[in-house]
Formats: sequence, structure tokens, C-alpha cells
Amino acid sequence: MPAVSFEHIVKRYGTVTVLDDLNLAIEDGDFLVLLGPSGCGKTTLLNLLAGLLEVSDGRIMIGERDVTELDPKDRGLAMVFQSYALYPTKTVRGNLKFGLAASKLPAEEVERRIAWVAKMLQIEPLLDRKPAQLSGGQRQRVAIGRAIIKKVDVFLFDEPLSNLDAKLRTEMRLEIKKLHDELKSTVVYVTHDQIEAMTMATKIAVMDGGVIQQFGTPDEVYEQPANLFVAGFIGAPAMNMRSATLAVKGSKVAAVFQSGARLDVSDYPFQAPAKDGLPVVIGMRPEHFTLGEAASDGTAQFSPPVLSAERTGSDATLYLTFEDEMLALRVAPDLAAGLRVGSTVPVQFQAGKANLFDAQTGRRI
Amino acid sequence: MSQVSVSERAAAAGEVPVTRAPYFVRRKKGITPRSIAVLVFLTICALFFCVPLYVVVVTSFKTMDQIREGAIFTLPHIWTLEAWDHAWNHACSGIKCDGLKVGFWNSVSILFPSLILSISLAMVTGFALALWNVRWAGGFLFLLFICAFVPFQIIMYPLIVMTTTTKIYGTLWAVAVIHAVLAMPVLTLIFRNYYKDIPTEIMSAAMMDSGSFWRIFFEIIVPMSGNILIVVLILQITNIWNDYLIGVTFGGLTGQPMTVNLANLITISTGTTNYAHNMAAALLTAIPPLVVYFLVGKLFVQGVTAGAIKG
Repeated sequence: MPAVSFEHIVKRYGTVTVLDDLNLAIEDGDFLVLLGPSGCGKTTLLNLLAGLLEVSDGRIMIGERDVTELDPKDRGLAMVFQSYALYPTKTVRGNLKFGLAASKLPAEEVERRIAWVAKMLQIEPLLDRKPAQLSGGQRQRVAIGRAIIKKVDVFLFDEPLSNLDAKLRTEMRLEIKKLHDELKSTVVYVTHDQIEAMTMATKIAVMDGGVIQQFGTPDEVYEQPANLFVAGFIGAPAMNMRSATLAVKGSKVAAVFQSGARLDVSDYPFQAPAKDGLPVVIGMRPEHFTLGEAASDGTAQFSPPVLSAERTGSDATLYLTFEDEMLALRVAPDLAAGLRVGSTVPVQFQAGKANLFDAQTGRRI
Repeated sequence: MSQVSVSERAAAAGEVPVTRAPYFVRRKKGITPRSIAVLVFLTICALFFCVPLYVVVVTSFKTMDQIREGAIFTLPHIWTLEAWDHAWNHACSGIKCDGLKVGFWNSVSILFPSLILSISLAMVTGFALALWNVRWAGGFLFLLFICAFVPFQIIMYPLIVMTTTTKIYGTLWAVAVIHAVLAMPVLTLIFRNYYKDIPTEIMSAAMMDSGSFWRIFFEIIVPMSGNILIVVLILQITNIWNDYLIGVTFGGLTGQPMTVNLANLITISTGTTNYAHNMAAALLTAIPPLVVYFLVGKLFVQGVTAGAIKG
């Protein structure tokens, strides 16, 4: 029984179609992250679910109810907004109380819930302050509190952490994750930040151009990207992409780069039998390279010149020139320190970790 | 000289002498021809308003005998409140001689219903037009915009007919309602533009939390309207209090506001003109808006300059 499902959703603004025949089902208790670049339609989809926008066509189900025509307050949802959207003239207590405005609960139950939320989010000392007297992180807590006080089954988050500084963002990320585990509710979370997506989600829907490019667990999306867009969008530094053609000889399959270098990809789990001469794009994650010479089977060996090295704290990124383009490698910082720009360095790639895409369709093969 | 001795002493004490970077002393402001010109100009401007005011004030405290002497700038020989008393209690407007107090209370009873009616209606309409999903909102807004530019004189006669058929013509209610109706377009536009600046996410949150038009209006929107309310209040109080044409047209004989009384009193054409009475009457009429300015003037400036609503 899916908690939320979108069925054949179409959204048009005038003549512009933003979403076209979109289908998505979220299981009960899932933490779904809608991930994509700005303008990909992820916030539109969330607002359609919230009822703040009307669908042009299609159906939205929450549990077994068809909520397509319902008012936002009747859908049984709670939402946390990017700018927190606290009511500036109300105190924290007033904000929390107004969260229950539509529920017509008895006053003592309202008080009990305010106490419960304040305790859970540690905002008890702030209850009588106005939003203007709170810091960004505190406002964020109140905004979350105003949502969870409703005790609904589905929570919506619209880029809730993007206004916080890096340290607070990490803290709140953990906290939201913890809340999800405690409340066991379904969450739909919109973000363009892939780290938030990878760390919090149980399911990720990667969106681009109003289309869901891939829907799966964070591991699936990262390890087996369905197409070139997902492969390039997820991961930092981004996956290295190179054009090549397949060469099939008996049971051996190799990818031949433009420079003539070969990569044995016989172990790659092809979805259909590999075709000889098929132009492909090979995607190589920066962390699947190793430095040094160790000729074991299934690894490819190159010796490209060093372009530059960047240290990012716990690890370093090494940039090499390969096939006239930049190749990013994740290496241990002490290894990167010893390399001179312009010198060549032997590099191996674990061929089993390669991602192969059809160069024409962009799809995984 | 002293500079040298300081560095010598510093050197003697084994310190490194500090040479200060040259800095420029801000020039003392002297009296320049330019500032004199500005001062003279400002003084003339001030006198332009102050001299007549002075004459009006001192005249209102003089006896008629002194006024006949003609020296308008002299202070009263005998300070008397006779003129003020007369203007307030006994001045004649037409055939009735009950003084300005009749008009004053008329004006007050026009002002309050009119304020409440116009501001509450304009607030709700502005809120609906700005933040609620209203069908034809754009067209309605355009209509309001046009209405704001229709001169009162053009619709005066139809309004007289309408108030006559509803049997309120010639009463205070007619004046109050007409004031409220005429102010609606501009006030609605003011409120609508102010509410347009409320962040959409706050409205979205309110829609998800409550979804009730009136609840959102009273609990969220009205508390956020403080600044603009002050502005509109001052605008309306001044407008309504100082109006003459609407009062004289719709007030009939019993519903005349203070301004109409004042005009009747001053434009009297028989007998000798009692300047002291006229001055006192004029001042009495001008006092209420002044009081409002003094009380809320500071808030008014804040309201006009307040742009954003921050959470």
C-alpha cells in the first residue's frame, strides 16, 4: 500500500508543460528525496502534492484517498518551507498552535502537543519569543515543530536546510533523519543538494526537465545510474565520462578509447548482449582509481600527466589529463602531495566498477 | 617643536619614535555665503506660514475694540476667551445659533462610522485581491484603478438619487457612507499592494495550517498590517475631517460637518465681521487633525518608509 502516489500527473502553465505524465509511488515510511537542478519541476511536484498548485491532469492519492480535488488543509499533510514561513506576529507558541488551526482539537490536547513538540525539538525556553528573536537554526526547529505537531502521516520538506550555514545544516540533517526514524512517517523532501539526498533518503527520485530520470535507493542511484544525466549529477567530484567503442571478441568485451587505450569490461553486467562497434560513454567514479603499478587482471593501466591536485581536508582530488580532458581521481592526501605538475603517474581503474552508457540514447547498457 | 621633543624623549627611552601619517583635520564649518542664503530662504519659508498663524492666534484672543485699532501684530491688551466661547457655543450657522460644537459632534459622528466602514472593507478586499485565489481579480483591480480616478463631481447626482431612495439623504449616515464608498478604490489599492509583499510561503503555510479565509485574515494578516493601518488612518481622518463638498451636498440641514458650519459662519454677509470669532472658529476646526498628527506622526513616517515584512 503506497503512502503517496502520483498517477499520470500533468502540469501546464499556459502553454508550457512542466510535468508530463509523471508517475511515482512512495511506500509507507519512506524518506523520498526529490533531487534535481533548479527548474527541474521538483518543487512543482511537491506543491501539487501539498495542494498549493492544482494539477492540470492526473490523480494524486494519499493512502487510499484521492486528494486531487481537496484543499491543502484537508489532505492530511504538513509542510516545512525553505524560508521557514513562520508567522512574524505570533510567538513560537502561537505559531505551533496555529499549526493545529484546522484540526479543531480540545484546548488541553493542543497544550499537550505543544509541550511534546517543544520537548522533542528542545525549544521549550523559546516558546514565548517572536520569530524575529530567534536564530536561523531555532526558526528551523520551530518550522519543523509546526509541522510535526499535526501528527500527520506524510511530511513535506521544501529545501528546508538551504538557508542554514554548513555546520548547522549537518546538525539539522541528522536531526531530521532522527525524527523520521522516531515518528516512522512518510517524508517527501525536495533538495538540490546531493549530500542531503544521499545521507537522508531511503529512496531518491532524480528529476530533470520535469521527468523522473531515476527512482531508487541512494546506493542504486549512485552505483548504477540509469542514464548519463543521473551519472553526471550525482557525485562530487563528478563521474569521469569518456567516449569509447565496444570491441567484442568471443566472451571478451573491451572498450576502446579514442586514443586507442583499452579497458576490459567483460565483467560488466550488460543488460543486453554487447554489440561490437557500439559507441558508448564510459563513466568512471573518481574513487575507483588507484595510483601505482599493479598489473592484476581486470584493471586498466594508464599513465597520464598530472594537471593539478586539490586537497579537501580528509582526502584529495587529483586532476590528470586523459584523452585531452580532465580526469578527476580521489586519492589519499599524502599521495597527492608528492606529485609534481606535468609528471606522469601510473593509474589503474577497477574495470568492474565502470558504468557504460549508450552514446546515442544516454541510457545505461 | 613639541613633536621633536617627544621623539627625542622616545629615543632616549629606547623606544622607536612613531611618525604619524599625515591626516587631514576636518575643516570647521564657518558661516559661508551659501549657508547664509540657505538660512534666509528657510526663514522666509517659515515666516510665510508662521506670520498668518500668529495673527490668527493672537486675534482670536483679542477684544473687538482692539481689533478695530488695526494693529494686527500687537499682542492682546486683554487676553480673553470670549471669542472661543462664542465660536464654540453661540456662533450662527444659517438661522441656528448653537455654535460650532454642533458641527464638531456631527463631524465626529461622521468620522468614526466612515473610518470603520471604509478601512475594514478595504482591508478585506485588498487581502482577497492580493493573496486569495479570486476569479477575475485582475479585471476587478483594473476597475478599481479606474474608479480611483473618477472625479466626485461626475457621480454626485447619481449618488444624491441613490441616497434619497434609500432614505438616508440629509443625515449623518449619508455623509459617512459616501465618504466610505468614495475612499474604497484608493484604500483597497493601498492595502492590496501592501499585502502583495507578504511572502507567499507564509500564505502557503497558513493555507495548509488553517485554510480559513477569516481565520487567516484576523490571526495572520491583520496583526501584520500595523504600519499601513497608521498611514491609512491618517489619510482618512484628514480627508474626512477637512471635506466640505460631500458634507454640504449630503448633510442637508441636520447632518452638516464642522467645515460647513465654519464656512457659514465666516461667509456671513450681514452686520460687522467679528474677526476674533472667525479666527477662533477656524482654529477650532483645525485642531483635531493637528492632534492626530502630533499623536501618530512618528508612526506615520515609519509606516510610509516601512517596505519589507521580515519574519
